[in-house]
Amino acid sequence: MTEEVHDVRLQVNGATHAVTVPARRLLSDALRHDCGLTGTHVGCEHGVCGACTVLMDGRPVRSCLVLAVSAEDTEVTTVEGLAEDTGEDDTVLSPVQQAFSDCHGLQCGFCTPGFLTTITAGLRANPDPTEDEARDMIAGNLCRCTGYQNIVKAVLRAAELTREGR
Amino acid sequence: MTTKLFGTRVPRVEDQRLLRGRGTYADDVLVGQRVLHAAVLRSPHAHARILDIDVSEVLDVEGVHAVWTFDDLTGPMAEPLPLLIPHPALTHGRTQFALAKDEVNHVGEAIAFVVAEDRYVAEDAVGRIRVDYEFLEPVVGIDAARAATRLVHDDVPGNVGARLEQENGDARAAIAAAPHTLSLDLTVERSACQPLEGRGTVARWDPDLGRMTVWTSTQTSTGVRGCVAAKLGLDLGQVDVITPDVGGGFGVKINHPWPEELLVPLAARILGVPVKFTEDRREHFISSAHERGQQHHVEVGFDDGGRVLGLDVQFWHDHGAYTPYGLIVPIITSTQLLGPYKPGAYRVVFESLYTNTVMVTPYRGAGRPQGCFVMERTMDAIAATLGKDRTEVRAANFIQPDEFPYDQGLVFQDGRELEYDSGDYPASLEKLKALVGWDEFEAFRAEMAAEGRRVGIGLACYVEGTGVGPYEGAHVHVETSGKVKVATGLTTQGQGHQTAFAQIVADELGVPFEMVEVTTGDTRRMPYAVGTFASRAAVMSGSAVHLAAKAAREKAFRIAAEALEASVDDLEISDGVIRVAGTDSAIDLGTVAVLSNPLRYAFDEASKAATQFSVGDPGKPPVAEDDEPGLEGKDFYSPERSTFASGMHAVIVETDPDTAEITILKYAVVHDCGHLINPMIVEGQIHGGVAQGVGGALYERMAYDESGQLLNASFMDFLMPYVTEVPAGIDIDHLETPSPLNPLGIKGAGEAGVIPSAAVFAAAIEDAEGIPITAMPISPSELFTLREAHLPEETA
Ligand code: FES
Ligand code: FES
Repeated sequence: MTEEVHDVRLQVNGATHAVTVPARRLLSDALRHDCGLTGTHVGCEHGVCGACTVLMDGRPVRSCLVLAVSAEDTEVTTVEGLAEDTGEDDTVLSPVQQAFSDCHGLQCGFCTPGFLTTITAGLRANPDPTEDEARDMIAGNLCRCTGYQNIVKAVLRAAELTREGR
Repeated sequence: MTTKLFGTRVPRVEDQRLLRGRGTYADDVLVGQRVLHAAVLRSPHAHARILDIDVSEVLDVEGVHAVWTFDDLTGPMAEPLPLLIPHPALTHGRTQFALAKDEVNHVGEAIAFVVAEDRYVAEDAVGRIRVDYEFLEPVVGIDAARAATRLVHDDVPGNVGARLEQENGDARAAIAAAPHTLSLDLTVERSACQPLEGRGTVARWDPDLGRMTVWTSTQTSTGVRGCVAAKLGLDLGQVDVITPDVGGGFGVKINHPWPEELLVPLAARILGVPVKFTEDRREHFISSAHERGQQHHVEVGFDDGGRVLGLDVQFWHDHGAYTPYGLIVPIITSTQLLGPYKPGAYRVVFESLYTNTVMVTPYRGAGRPQGCFVMERTMDAIAATLGKDRTEVRAANFIQPDEFPYDQGLVFQDGRELEYDSGDYPASLEKLKALVGWDEFEAFRAEMAAEGRRVGIGLACYVEGTGVGPYEGAHVHVETSGKVKVATGLTTQGQGHQTAFAQIVADELGVPFEMVEVTTGDTRRMPYAVGTFASRAAVMSGSAVHLAAKAAREKAFRIAAEALEASVDDLEISDGVIRVAGTDSAIDLGTVAVLSNPLRYAFDEASKAATQFSVGDPGKPPVAEDDEPGLEGKDFYSPERSTFASGMHAVIVETDPDTAEITILKYAVVHDCGHLINPMIVEGQIHGGVAQGVGGALYERMAYDESGQLLNASFMDFLMPYVTEVPAGIDIDHLETPSPLNPLGIKGAGEAGVIPSAAVFAAAIEDAEGIPITAMPISPSELFTLREAHLPEETA
């Protein structure tokens, strides 16, 4: 019993990963285990928690509901691709990441990559959200630790940082 | 020292890593290296005898390396898993086997373990295992367990694992003599921790060194280490357990070992290749642990002022199919139920019952939410009977500030007396009333009623035993660069330990915060530790870290005094430089670290810098008899008894007259955990606790059918709060009554947010609806049904 495999080129965070995967391999697994990008987390594997959210051509998708083979010809951004590479010692946090740090928007950090990608896309669509819109933006992601208040604050703070040109 | 960090909102250092996707959770380990993956065959039946297991088709699957069933296990691995916390009252303790032997007792119990090239293939193989079962009727829920027409374990009569009674005074006599009496029946359903990261374990065996390395998502690395060594027949010194980041625990990850935590290392050693197991969400629901399911019966006698003269509580705890974690949860309910009050006399008795459902381990709050629900519902009932304000009845029963330490006359979960260290409950109540607007509420209710809206207010008080022993330790090492490496054995699952402990060390040692690096949960760095649970990390490890840093500072001063030819008493340290007060005479802490180790090799610049100083007497050995090389401090903190944090919550809810939907209008918290190390982190813990509490009060329940199938074993069906379900804002006020039991005056804060939730929501819903609320959680449809049930009375 041999499983048929496919050669797939995944464009992730600006780099190309050539992977060989069975048709049933989830994008979340391919990113984590084949590309070694373990920042994308899997909390439920059934599309409910949002922890595995990545951007595909800029749009947030749940990578546990996407097959790796179908991600070919798309541009994937994971949490590892959010910070700005300055060529210095370390990367500079994006406004959304910085806002999470400022507002204590994370505790265990497991849900965080999914929130960061979701909000990054959300703020592109709506750069100046009201508090209600900020809540809406994250209403599809589960966090078991923070109670969300500080995440809502972080959304608003990220918008502020972005406006300030940070 | 320059600025004191203790008590300030220092941003978390761990965030830099976690925000960049560079955390290391169990499933992130050894990615990119050859690792085999495990999957587990789990029982589809709640109660059955295993007649035969046929694995013959499994090894035909390409990519499968091995399969284990109980028959393949030998030695200690073939014996039941440990009963971690035995108790004399637990007369019929039972634990499962790593793989089921002869019988399964809940859906999800592990039966076979398959290791393959990847998880997909391992699951394919699991699907090919054939098991013949003889079905047995399951026992599901407390009613069935109490009826005992069927037994979970043939040799446990009445399904009763334990019966425990404690009494302070003669409660029944006091009730009989009281001017007023009431009896209440109160129920709380099962729920579960559900951290976003499930369980996960990776193991690598190094045959050359004879060492086993285990990475596991646990709340106790040292506990897992002990179990792995014992079960696999290894010396403790051969096993390292490492737990860098944990994606939430809330209690469920304290159990040790899980079957997989033993099977993964076993497989790694036999196969000679690292093995990984990562639980999926359904597995987490049906094979880890739940909590909360209890039924309670209360008899209470009180006087005209609402003062409780006698309280008699009987309750039944559903501990599931096994009891690896002993009686911790019901013991906590039975003792912590008393909260901030001092009844004239108190008697409590509980039975801990077997059912064919997932076992119980503590879930954030650990039995306290049920206890608080019982006591606070009782207080509300007394107030209703007497027509008194609910806060007045509570105030009449408070332990007063001048009565501390206060001995409740019971034995707590740690085997020590239930003696509260400090607190100020009347002050706390005043703050809460102001914060939520208690006295203005009737005006608000009238205003809302005029708009056809229905609102209610509730409050609930609790006391939380935190910082349980026996001990924690810490190791502080100053490197020659001046960097300070700190290790504490307990783990972290999001509480910001790396930041909070670094704050303590930076203050005590007088070094910049950035120079301090804290490692948690790595048995190679600190092999003695208990674990992160029961709001004990800040109290226990915080104190140990403080003491270890103090020891390092003392040694640094001793060496610096010699090098600077000064008296220790004249020295001070700030920004990592020790100086003779009021002079230019100074030495870097890093240089002191070089001097502490009388080597004659100049490895680096720091060593060269040190040559200008001379320490030690040439006539004596380079390392004195009572000394050791290196600038280190190590110490342990072991308290006499637990600290007792406390708090009070109030909520204003609106209930929809048509849909019975419950909306939170205001949520207020007054919280006393002694001195706060980092208020930002404490508030974060409260936010998270309140959200979990809202879930527990309004949504979360384990929907078992009568055959023992869990019908809602997914995030689609088990409802946890999203942002849309939590209050938009929580008003928090702190009160600081420092604990006299530890050097920093701290008490724990981890579980506070969740303890009073069921009680406070029940009170507010009852206040809005005028219908007694005696069972939680409560869904809109349940509230709707309750309304219907009470209609005839109202119209009659
Ligand atoms: S892991 Fe994909 S949504 Fe939960
Ligand atoms: S920070 Fe732990 S789940 Fe969100």
